[in-house]
Amino acid sequence: MVEIIPLLKQLLSASGVAGYETPVADILQNVWKPLVDEISVSKVGSLHGLKRGNSSEPRPSLMLATHMDAIGLIVKGIHKGFVRFTDVGGVDPRVLPGQQVWLHGSGPAADPGNPLPGLVVKPSAPLLPEELGDQVIPIENLFIDIGLAPGQVAKFIQVGDIVSFAQEPMEMNGETVAGHSIDNRAAVIALTMCLQEIQTRSHSWDIWATATVKEEQGYIGAYTSAFQLRPSLAVVIDTTWAKGPGSDDWNTFPVGKGPTLMWGPNIHPNLHKSIKELAEKLEIPHAIEITGQSTGTDAFATQIVAEGIPSMAIGIPIRYMHTPVEVVSLKDIQRTGRLLAEFIQTLTTDFMSKISLGS
Amino acid sequence: MVKTFYLTKKQTTLLEKLSQAMGISGNEGEVRSVILEEIRPYISDHQVDALGNLLVTRQGSANNRLKVMVAAHMDEVGFMIAADDGEGIFRFESVGGIDVRQLPGKSVLVGKDHLPGVIGARPIHLTTASERQNKIPLEKLRIDVGPGKNPIKPGDQAVFNTNFRRVGPSLIGKALDDRLGVAVLIELIKDAPENIDLQAAFTVQEEIGSRGARVAAFSFKPDLAFVVDSTPANDLPSWDDAENVTYNTHLGEGPAIYVADGATLSDPRLIRLLKQTAEKESIPFQLRQPGGGGTDAGTIHKQAGGIPSVSVSIPGRYSHTAAGVARVSDYVNTVALLKATLRSIQPEFLAQERK
Repeated sequence: MVEIIPLLKQLLSASGVAGYETPVADILQNVWKPLVDEISVSKVGSLHGLKRGNSSEPRPSLMLATHMDAIGLIVKGIHKGFVRFTDVGGVDPRVLPGQQVWLHGSGPAADPGNPLPGLVVKPSAPLLPEELGDQVIPIENLFIDIGLAPGQVAKFIQVGDIVSFAQEPMEMNGETVAGHSIDNRAAVIALTMCLQEIQTRSHSWDIWATATVKEEQGYIGAYTSAFQLRPSLAVVIDTTWAKGPGSDDWNTFPVGKGPTLMWGPNIHPNLHKSIKELAEKLEIPHAIEITGQSTGTDAFATQIVAEGIPSMAIGIPIRYMHTPVEVVSLKDIQRTGRLLAEFIQTLTTDFMSKISLGS
Repeated sequence: MVKTFYLTKKQTTLLEKLSQAMGISGNEGEVRSVILEEIRPYISDHQVDALGNLLVTRQGSANNRLKVMVAAHMDEVGFMIAADDGEGIFRFESVGGIDVRQLPGKSVLVGKDHLPGVIGARPIHLTTASERQNKIPLEKLRIDVGPGKNPIKPGDQAVFNTNFRRVGPSLIGKALDDRLGVAVLIELIKDAPENIDLQAAFTVQEEIGSRGARVAAFSFKPDLAFVVDSTPANDLPSWDDAENVTYNTHLGEGPAIYVADGATLSDPRLIRLLKQTAEKESIPFQLRQPGGGGTDAGTIHKQAGGIPSVSVSIPGRYSHTAAGVARVSDYVNTVALLKATLRSIQPEFLAQERK
């Protein structure tokens, strides 16, 4: 039995910056192994778990895609004992000064199992270009201080080394969890909850549970896994923007009021409709999220793989996305997992013809 | 040969406890408890005054003892909950000088139960490039503890939620300004000299104008005073590689002796005494660059009929942010310099010329 909070905390404590997902993939492989019939790693590092269906072969298959990579930082240089860096995957420099980080050093003295703690710092005003004044300090003017004597730094850290956020996950008020990489570990957990739910229930389709890599840098895992697995359908679970301080926009959704069902050109209209009707029937609270051009999720990729794969995207609303203090509601994760499990039950062998756009 | 400086396990644990304790100006009780627990075996009595200063005297045994005050402030900069917006979202004010650019994306602890919360920021995807050029003003920021019931009320304090770490030669943590000074005072109390009456003041409200030190000095009426604080080490490289002429202090170069800051011109006899003691004992020291800023000496030296005062600081980078960096060697050398200096004070000390 997988417990949601301990697993979420474990996944949120692991690094897994885009391109370097192994720490999170290792945890997940152990968690999924007893829940699937086969597990493997793709050529680019995505995790594929197969839960076989009980209909006769060739069976249709459903890909449930959740990206496991996260935003982070990467070393650009060392200057007089201080580390220069840039971001991986889109980080607002305004959240960086004072941030505690882990540096995954590859220098001759570095121990790969033991990242070094560091601190993102903003030099004092006289040390910065005068025109910056008391304004926002661009990422190229920030440093990471690792507390070592200047001469020691290059022994541990080299250009290209990955830096992950050190913010520890925090349970808040029993209903929400805050931490880094909730985008998209929250969806990974929802998928895990779904796998757990279908253990005791039969299903006719093959289910591919996938944890994809490098979503934050161009959906690389989604393109390649969808091609390799060639599923009949793909349902992508990602996070979406929640309402909260500083973001009350029309395209934000309340935390704790259920997942969003995305709608737009990336989405197969009949697949959307069947999941929406299911959510209504089960009275699972949800919202419709309008994604005018791209969903900004792995569904952007899965839709155009090979001959094209009918795709759908579900969003778990989180506050403060792409900061180290993202906030997610545990209920929303559970509801998403349940919706996926129930959807699997509705997949009959003639489902593809039911959602056909025409002949 | 590089000398390595060690802290015992007990010393490290104490520094960690002091750094993690929550104590914004005006609400220093938690820090006071940590200190009292630590010094109780070494003192016969203590006093907590009207403002919350913790005052401890250790009398010497020699004849004609001078009364020597040592002071370090317990309070830290932080936040105060100002209004409840509902759904676990709170408006807040800062207490003490905090750069608003240090706030977004940090976790905090709120109230006496240390409830976790976060100060978030708008997702980058919803911002424009020009919006990201503007800092987020305090009135737009909120502390979010998550929806659901909570006991938080306006007036509750909050601080950065930061892990204390020992890294190589350094300490990383919050509130090193001035919990390092507090730890120095504790070490002085544990090993008090016989030639003086040691009057230790763990002060309140330094960050909002050294208000605690002012009344503590009045109560003690010392003959002279040493203030132990943490001063910025702005010793980073300049963006264009120009010489850094505003470093204030350098990490790792020893305790920083104050000649002048924005609030105090130190007593020349005390500056001389510290320098001579350091040289005699081969303890490294540095002179803090004269300039702005201030310590508890600012209110102590002009209290009552005047109290000859000097400040000694442990250099610290990134003061008044979620986490600072200081060197173990600077802490150890500050303790050594002050112990040696206190031991060398003779009753006739103040009779020497002021030049």
